[in-house]
Amino acid sequence: MSRLAELRNARWAPWLPAIIAVVAVALFPLFRPPLDATMSDVIQALAYVVMALGLNIVVGFAGLLDLGYVAFYAFGALAAGWFASDHFSKVNGGEGVHIGVSDFVQTAFPQGIHVSFLLIVIGAILVTALAGAIIGLPTLRLRGDYIAIVTLAFGEIISRFAANGDSVIIKGYALSNGRESISPIDQLNLPLVGEFDSATNLRFYFWTALALVLVVLFVNFRVRDSRLGRAWIALREDEVAAASMGVPLVRTKLTAYAIGATFGGIAGAFLGVYNNSVNANQFQFGISIFLLSMVILGGLGSIWGVVIGATLLSFVNTYLIPDVLDKGSFNDLLGDLGLDFTFGEIKFGVFGFILVLMMVLRPQGLLPERRRTAELTEGVGGDEAIVETRA
Amino acid sequence: MSEATADGPATAKLSAEGVSKIFGGLVAVDGVDLEIAPRSIVSIIGPNGAGKTTFFNMLTGLYKPSTGRILFDGRDITGTRPDRITSFGIARTFQNIRLFSTMSAVENVMVGQHARMKGGMFSSIIRTPGVRREEREVREKAREMLDYVGLRAAEFDQVSSNLSYGDQRRVEIARALASEPSLLLLDEPTAGMNPNESARLTEFMERLRDEKDLTILLIEHDMKVVMGVSEHITVLDHGEKIAEGLPREIRENERVVEAYLGKSAVE
Repeated sequence: MSRLAELRNARWAPWLPAIIAVVAVALFPLFRPPLDATMSDVIQALAYVVMALGLNIVVGFAGLLDLGYVAFYAFGALAAGWFASDHFSKVNGGEGVHIGVSDFVQTAFPQGIHVSFLLIVIGAILVTALAGAIIGLPTLRLRGDYIAIVTLAFGEIISRFAANGDSVIIKGYALSNGRESISPIDQLNLPLVGEFDSATNLRFYFWTALALVLVVLFVNFRVRDSRLGRAWIALREDEVAAASMGVPLVRTKLTAYAIGATFGGIAGAFLGVYNNSVNANQFQFGISIFLLSMVILGGLGSIWGVVIGATLLSFVNTYLIPDVLDKGSFNDLLGDLGLDFTFGEIKFGVFGFILVLMMVLRPQGLLPERRRTAELTEGVGGDEAIVETRA
Repeated sequence: MSEATADGPATAKLSAEGVSKIFGGLVAVDGVDLEIAPRSIVSIIGPNGAGKTTFFNMLTGLYKPSTGRILFDGRDITGTRPDRITSFGIARTFQNIRLFSTMSAVENVMVGQHARMKGGMFSSIIRTPGVRREEREVREKAREMLDYVGLRAAEFDQVSSNLSYGDQRRVEIARALASEPSLLLLDEPTAGMNPNESARLTEFMERLRDEKDLTILLIEHDMKVVMGVSEHITVLDHGEKIAEGLPREIRENERVVEAYLGKSAVE
């Protein structure tokens, strides 16, 4: 066998394009100034990738339509607000709790809880996994569209909670600062490497976001190709048959909600730290739909598809609309036509238009999963309603 | 319910005692008693709408009986969750095939082993040596099962919706067998099969009973299959048990003929 053929047959060979892409993305910040606008667009995109991958587990793998995913972003961001600011100002007798943070944080913010980013992420994971399981519970007896309605309501409830959290006082502390921000949130404090200030250098934010994406991707692949992943797909295709084959419906669904929620929490914690503040205006219903569009654009259930979908839509949001459509000749053209609006104002119209285009031209998504293609082209995977649903 | 079950739990594989199912005002199954001896092949027959499948759904936990009790190996499984019942050792196939249509044949059978597997979320993410071994074994066993039911090796990795009707039936039986049941429920297994295939399936059921130590309960319309394979037959009509006994007795039972052909035919 020739050397080349040997390489082609190596176990990691199918991963080669992915490895090259990751290395290229990882090197990208070195070729840009430390405070680059494009770099900040990419950081935002990476955070969306994490969330979209989480939503993909619930919607794509387990087939449970979730319209309230923004709730988990909110919980993650709030976790960053709670564990990395002087929000809990009187904790530890007003001397604060500091774990794994820089000397600067310790002297500048003596009050409140300030912990290392890793601990914030772990805190966010715990909070959101619990929230995911709680939102899962009432949906267990429901099917299809009804699940969507309950999750939609849950998303709204959580964002109301965040907005009015300043009047929810528990033991002298507000839940959140409502539409005012919990701010400032500590800069990125990483174990071993230290603290990084987003006002001077974005590179480590970039690499942290990329690392989060990689971890989440890893978990996605591992879970998909496991007993649990098979159970999700079985459940998505035929709940009755899945239950009859020994798949416990309640536990399997709750795990999907919990893992999916966890990813939202991780991204939320990161964005809280990256944006330096957490406020209720960040948790709009639109984000749930935005994320769902990413999943559908990329291809429901397809891991790489979702990565691509999330990246594309995020760039439409942070680059194409503000920097291309609303600037220069394109905007002038609109003016010449007598149209007095900016695309920024009709953002969701633009996303909606993209979705409609997709549904007409390529309903299975940009990079569809093998199974979905089969469902759409061969009309299989239809579900007969069970006559009696059991919890 | 009845005295007939006094020594039931000790000897019967499965016993149903006065099991009923009421949907709104409709009595789908009305106080049915049934006892199945271990290692036997028994049938439930009856005209369409007699409540046979509803009865099956209660045995497998998809429906909760409105009244009555179901004992499996002496254990009360009335109203237990379907996945628990599967783990106790009851497996089934469906009247209209319900494979996971976008999964391959092997994957379908792997899902069948779900209840017998241990791999949890965290160990799957880390992919511990235990999980690795289990995955390999489960895949291997799935292939063995498919081979056992007579699927050609070339079809193993085919998406199940692309398989022929007969092969889909085979995969469904393999999937049921994969959960290591001691009682197998087959809902009209020969539906859509030609006489030749039906005869082969009859043979296969006997082989299953002998080789895998299985008890088999089937719903069947093909009288040739029913009379050929069953040791005992129960007849349902309008949700009620109207007769039971040996095939010979059932064939001559007036009420059964009446239920199938109508009263005028008997007179």
